[in-house]
Amino acid sequence: MSSGGHGPTEGIKYGMVIDLDKCTGCGTCSVACMTENNIYVLEDESDKLKSITWLRIYRIENGKPFPDTRVAYIPRPCMHCDHHPPCVSVCPPTATTKDEVGGIVSQIPTRCIGCRYCIAACPYHARYFNWYDPWPTYQLPEKAVPGGPKELHFSLSPAGGASGSEAKQMAQALNPDVAPRMRGTVEKCTFCHHRLMAAKNRTYAEGKEEIPEAYYQTACVQACPAGAIAFGDLNNTHHRVHQLLKERKDHAFRLLEKLGTQPKVYYLSSQDWVREKADNFLDVPKGTAY
Amino acid sequence: MDSGLIPDKVHRTSAPVFYLWQIPWLALLGWGGLSAAACLFYGLNQTNMNDAFAFGVWIVFDLAVIALGAGAFFTGFLTYIVGKKELKSIINLAVIIGFICYSGAVGMLGLDIGQPIRGWFIFWHANVHSMLTEVSFCITCYLMVLTIEYLPNILENRQINRVPEFHWFAHNLHEIMFVFAATGAFLSFFHQGSLGGMFGVMYARPYAARYMFAIWPTTFFLFILSAMASGPCLTLIIATLLEKIGRKRLVKDEAKRLLAKIAGRLLMVYIVLKIIDTIAWIYGPAHSSGLKIGDFFRDGPYGWWTLIAEIGIFGVIPAIILNVQKAREHEGWLMLGCAMNCVGIVLNRFVMVILTLAIPVMPFDKFVSYLPTWQEWGIALAVFGYGGLVLSLSYRYLPVFPHERELNS
Repeated sequence: MSSGGHGPTEGIKYGMVIDLDKCTGCGTCSVACMTENNIYVLEDESDKLKSITWLRIYRIENGKPFPDTRVAYIPRPCMHCDHHPPCVSVCPPTATTKDEVGGIVSQIPTRCIGCRYCIAACPYHARYFNWYDPWPTYQLPEKAVPGGPKELHFSLSPAGGASGSEAKQMAQALNPDVAPRMRGTVEKCTFCHHRLMAAKNRTYAEGKEEIPEAYYQTACVQACPAGAIAFGDLNNTHHRVHQLLKERKDHAFRLLEKLGTQPKVYYLSSQDWVREKADNFLDVPKGTAY
Repeated sequence: MDSGLIPDKVHRTSAPVFYLWQIPWLALLGWGGLSAAACLFYGLNQTNMNDAFAFGVWIVFDLAVIALGAGAFFTGFLTYIVGKKELKSIINLAVIIGFICYSGAVGMLGLDIGQPIRGWFIFWHANVHSMLTEVSFCITCYLMVLTIEYLPNILENRQINRVPEFHWFAHNLHEIMFVFAATGAFLSFFHQGSLGGMFGVMYARPYAARYMFAIWPTTFFLFILSAMASGPCLTLIIATLLEKIGRKRLVKDEAKRLLAKIAGRLLMVYIVLKIIDTIAWIYGPAHSSGLKIGDFFRDGPYGWWTLIAEIGIFGVIPAIILNVQKAREHEGWLMLGCAMNCVGIVLNRFVMVILTLAIPVMPFDKFVSYLPTWQEWGIALAVFGYGGLVLSLSYRYLPVFPHERELNS
């Protein structure tokens, strides 16, 4: 069990900077995230209350009539809150922790009992419950279990997931680096934690001391056609995220800063109305929630 | 047919009537069983809970029955620790109601988690920072205590008590019952509080967030107080209902009045503290999250009425009724006060669960409403079916009321 991990991260602090001036709301980041992390697709994916979208895109408007109407899009991954993440302390079986190095708020699906207390505690709706069975059939590689089954069959719920040959085809497309989660557990954006593991291995193999910025990038960052998302160590002056926040500090903000969760996902916007939409309106200092 | 099992020298209805009485309870249990099977086989997609409403009617019922079942620990505390011997007239009933409420809640929680087979992970991988861990530990332990408290009453059944070993065991359990009463009070104090703490510590959910007092949010203390105030009232209501249905007296008036008086005093203290806490919340955590009081009662079906009903109508009014001696001595007023008290506490649990989740926190987030499915209702109402069955069987076959013979002779 992580002994600490509730306070601010020192040293390496992975975070994200999303430039809303560049974001077109195309959804590529969201699709890339789902593909990378083996997120299943519901028959009715428009049911956003039961579908799983680790990186969800919110559409906001300035509320003014034409021709002054303005629209912006807010991609919302997990905020990986840096100060006392609301989901971490509430989890009874310690299935979610904040990494002491890097500060990533991780999720351990195989330990999750599905009580959903973390979902209730998160104000960003960044956590998702597996209401349905994910993939009905997993094809196992020949040598995965010597002498064992070649297929693992999972029960198929009536309303969700794919079925039959379609499901088998989809199972072939699963990312082998990410374990699909089972029904009845909670999941969330992990900042593509498996890529961090791969980057660590590569760095070690090449005899380097520090993970280069390019070795560890999330799927959404790589997929964004507008280059609106940057990822890296917020404390590293050589990383783009650090430089962006320094260059555009007047445009930078985080969601619900008044609550004091200190998200490690920053947004940039040159438009005042967008920045104002990030938090509730009462004029109280940031991060002062008792 | 079953007269050999019925306690000596008391009158009970005929066996056929009694068995007919079980039909509605069994029907509720059947509905619950079907619902549970659907949820276990197909998963929680059988419910209308979703990623906005992570908790639903089951958690509301859980919190409500655990609060209303608090009559067991509090009456036990008053009887065995404080020494209010007149409450022995009603303690067995309080224990049975507590047992029903807690075992029902544990059963419902077992279905509510997405991976019931992993339920034991809470104990194995316990996160000591989580209020839900404390709730799980204390409820499990307290259910064991309640079983021990219920056991002597079961062993006193006319046929079982003929076995000398059982008779001896029941007698000696009675002698050391103060130990279990004290243990039960200790455990209940913490899990009732932790149930409130569960919501108060959600500092990023402005409706639930509260100031901290030492390591606990204020809801920790309010939940304990409200449970102590409402639990005995449910015991009183059920005792009176049993008297009406059975057309006989079962509990001494002095026991009823004493329990009502203590519940009334506690409710008064609770409601004053609740009002202070609400004002502190409006100007404290709610304000510092950037929200005005109006933002919490703006959308959908959960408007201002929730606040007025919970604190005003079903809080202040029963507190006044139960603190007026003449009202306590009048059965109608007493029952009205008790019922309103129970409704108020259920409303409190309802708003803490449902409104906390319903009120959007992000400015661009939308209000979401929720209505349970038949499967959710089935499992929630099965607790009533189970309760009705256990209570009926206990009333018929066990000497639940020690003064029944004396009162009806």
